[in-house]
Amino acid sequence: MTNDDLKTKIESILPDATYEESTEWLTLNTIPEGFKIFTHTLRNDPALQFDFLFCVTAIDWKTHFHMVYHFRSTTLHQTLVVKVLLDKTNPTIDTVCDIWRTAEFHEREAYDLMGITFNGHPDLRRLFLEDEHTGFPLRKDYEDAINMIKL
Amino acid sequence: MDVNQTKENFPGTVHEVPGGGIMLSKFDDVVNWARSNSLWPLTFATSCCGIELMSVAGAKYDFSRFGFEVARATPRQADVIIIAGTIVNKMAPVLRRLYDQMADPKYVIAMGSCAISGGPFFYNTYSVVKGADHVIPVDVYIPGCPPRPEALLHALITLQEKIKTGMTRDQIRDQKPQ
Repeated sequence: MTNDDLKTKIESILPDATYEESTEWLTLNTIPEGFKIFTHTLRNDPALQFDFLFCVTAIDWKTHFHMVYHFRSTTLHQTLVVKVLLDKTNPTIDTVCDIWRTAEFHEREAYDLMGITFNGHPDLRRLFLEDEHTGFPLRKDYEDAINMIKL
Repeated sequence: MDVNQTKENFPGTVHEVPGGGIMLSKFDDVVNWARSNSLWPLTFATSCCGIELMSVAGAKYDFSRFGFEVARATPRQADVIIIAGTIVNKMAPVLRRLYDQMADPKYVIAMGSCAISGGPFFYNTYSVVKGADHVIPVDVYIPGCPPRPEALLHALITLQEKIKTGMTRDQIRDQKPQ
């Protein structure tokens, strides 16, 4: 399926989404409400079959957060990028690790470093940092208490 | 055999007597001499310095020439731990446990900038220990990022000389002008 065909298909499932121009992969922006049902469709719809979640990213834009999911279909050979807008004060989104098992660690990483909360995640602990660590170091407003060189 | 030449290699003197000779030495010196020539390193590397460590273990540089060839995968059988790489806060208790599990006498070499001070790149980071000597005592420091294999060989020989003197860490510190 070409990007345009894919866009037509997605528009029938998620009418409110907006699309980014001139990207290699079809990229759409959406909100956390209805995201979980949408991902179920991405995985199970016979025309989509996105069985491979190959990248999970969290971005701090200072005014808001973005969760970026890269989906790939290994049978239909198509790729889709989904960006979900999250609230600055309480960034929360439903987990997708019950659909794509790989998301379990990726979401733990996003929680560890960016402080995104994933509803329904079975084991939302810190991944890289020690359990006693406070704060989320990859956030733009993170103040490092033991920072030695102020830039 | 010249007596002074013998002393270079073995801590003792040959006392010539009719029909041969008697070798005289102190038991402590002999123990230190033997110990320094058979140090078993722990297989331990946390980042890129580990590649240089592997190079030194390999055929080209070959630290087995100095008695370091018996690398052990368990701290209970190792004499020396070469800290080759960054120690992050989460690794610090693991390093401490490894050191505690090693049998006395035990020696520590801090290899590279990260093990000495936290590193040239990661010094200003929330996750990195600013020098392995915050966690365990270090005998020999090697600067470099990463150090050349020759530098590690030099450190190994320095550690051997340190053991052969039989002095404690405090005695060595007092000896040198601060």
